[in-house]
Amino acid sequence: MCTLLVMQVNTGTDWAKPSARLWRLRLTEVAVLGGFAAVAVGVAAGIGAGSGIGLAGALASLAAAGVAAFYLRNRYRSWAYRERAEDLIVARGVLVRRVSVVPYGRMQFVEVTAGPAERLFRLATVQLHTAAAASDARIPGLEREEAARLRDRLAMLGEAKAAGL
Amino acid sequence: MTEASSEADTESWHRLHPLSPLIQAGRLLAGLFALLAVALVQGGGGYRSHLPDLLVVIVLAFAALVRWLVTRWRLDGSTLRIETGLLRRDSQQLPVARIQAIDVVRPFLARVFGLAELRIRLAGSSTKADGRLAYLTEQQAATVRAMLLAAHQPSQLGQPGQLAQPAAVTHAPGEPTPALAQAALAQAELPERPVSQVPLGRLVAASVVMAVVQFAALGVVIAVVATVAPRVPTSLLGTLAVYMFGLVTAAWRRVSQNFGFTVALAPDGLRIRRGLLGTVAETLPVHRVQAVRMVQPVLWRPFGWCRLQVDVAGSGRKDEGSRDTRKELLPVGPRMEAEYLAQLVLRHQAPQLDKPPRTAKFKAPFSYHFLAAGHDDVMAVTTTGRLTKTTVWLRLEKLQSIRLVQGPVQRGLRLATVHADAAGRRVHATFRDRPADEARELLDELAILSRTARQTRQI
Repeated sequence: MCTLLVMQVNTGTDWAKPSARLWRLRLTEVAVLGGFAAVAVGVAAGIGAGSGIGLAGALASLAAAGVAAFYLRNRYRSWAYRERAEDLIVARGVLVRRVSVVPYGRMQFVEVTAGPAERLFRLATVQLHTAAAASDARIPGLEREEAARLRDRLAMLGEAKAAGL
Repeated sequence: MTEASSEADTESWHRLHPLSPLIQAGRLLAGLFALLAVALVQGGGGYRSHLPDLLVVIVLAFAALVRWLVTRWRLDGSTLRIETGLLRRDSQQLPVARIQAIDVVRPFLARVFGLAELRIRLAGSSTKADGRLAYLTEQQAATVRAMLLAAHQPSQLGQPGQLAQPAAVTHAPGEPTPALAQAALAQAELPERPVSQVPLGRLVAASVVMAVVQFAALGVVIAVVATVAPRVPTSLLGTLAVYMFGLVTAAWRRVSQNFGFTVALAPDGLRIRRGLLGTVAETLPVHRVQAVRMVQPVLWRPFGWCRLQVDVAGSGRKDEGSRDTRKELLPVGPRMEAEYLAQLVLRHQAPQLDKPPRTAKFKAPFSYHFLAAGHDDVMAVTTTGRLTKTTVWLRLEKLQSIRLVQGPVQRGLRLATVHADAAGRRVHATFRDRPADEARELLDELAILSRTARQTRQI
């Protein structure tokens, strides 16, 4: 029986992480949103209350984007998953730390999704569904090949170890 | 009528009872009459405005007739097939192995004609997955239920995990089905052992206690409003009257739905019977129960009463007559009785509970007094709640997933919460605010114990 140090996932060796491209995707999202916000706030405040305040507003927006990026960096780093012999573990969360264990035999179906932004970075999200609505085993930002591999492996294991309700 | 019941033994297609459309339309008509009565009482020719409604009812009655004409069902081997739909054919196949519970629902009007509706609950996430046969004769409903449950019995099949295949094996292709039907009938007539009954007095008292306190709360609100604003607009009084009426009907419904509440142990599962005007008989194979929950509301505590519920896998639809996947095993009763029933369902002595560390008081000051959890290698037990104490028993082989959650406050206090999820929307035992080390070990331990429990159960 292995003991699991779920809180120190970052140091573990057999823990897999989402692709580094997920971080680039998040960074791009923040940069685009932050840029837009800075321009919008700067222009609106600049016209309404003078150029000095406009500049301050734009800088504040950029600072907020910076804070968001820092938080997202931590959140990106917190994702980890591990395929064990009998179950899949997914760890995530910065403020609220969550670890889910889903036995392969309990899997109802595997869902692979890729939104437009994710497709742009050739990423996909794999989600496991069980008969319990509360199970939340979702792994975002997997490279497409890894997502396909995981999906096939999970589907195979799920079939092999399937158990009735 | 006699023709239909004798046909139930053969393997051909059947129709629903010819009176079905009448009953379905009849319930709408009753509602319309109520509306018309209200309109008449309110005065004048107001009822004329409800004439279009009558047209609607006629159209719906016609639709019910058409539906009856195009609906047919059959039971072959291990599947119940229901076909319906005029324009878009809808063919439903209900594998016996996936049945979670079977309800026989008899609304008042159906009871008058000796008819019953059969509801078959499957473990699907969509509401369409449930099978409904409305209406059959009572005898027919009993026969079909017995056949479905007999084919589903793990004792006859050996492997509850993979029912579909053995079920097909037990009915070899050439075997005549009437023999099966007779066997099923014989089993249906096996005596069931009543295990619990709720006396009317207790039911009414529990309902009244709840209603009285709600009334009192409402009274306080009225008093406050009256002192703050002496000239209360009459429209507000109207709303209050409607609300009070709602309270009374809710209390009445609780009594009428649970009237004559009886739990019996039959060979094919637990049988719950209840209802005053319309009656419901729910059959619940014991091994299909996902979790058992005991709820002790604060208002009932002086009387030592509690409520016992069981969770079944399936869609969370709320039907009239029969409740969603959370079924009541005891609407109100003493704790001893609830614990006896829980043990009957779980077939295991509950393990010892222990409290979370004192530091948890900072995290959960209002619920610490009820927090406790424990597990052994067969089941997990947890208690939570602020005013209402909720105890959840969960057999480990029913675990779907295990989650550990640690918020910032919990991290500071070195605590963590572990949820053990069973099939359903909100069915989980919650080990709240355990020491972080223990929670981590629990995560692994529950996974391993649950796996062994699953394997041993399947052998």
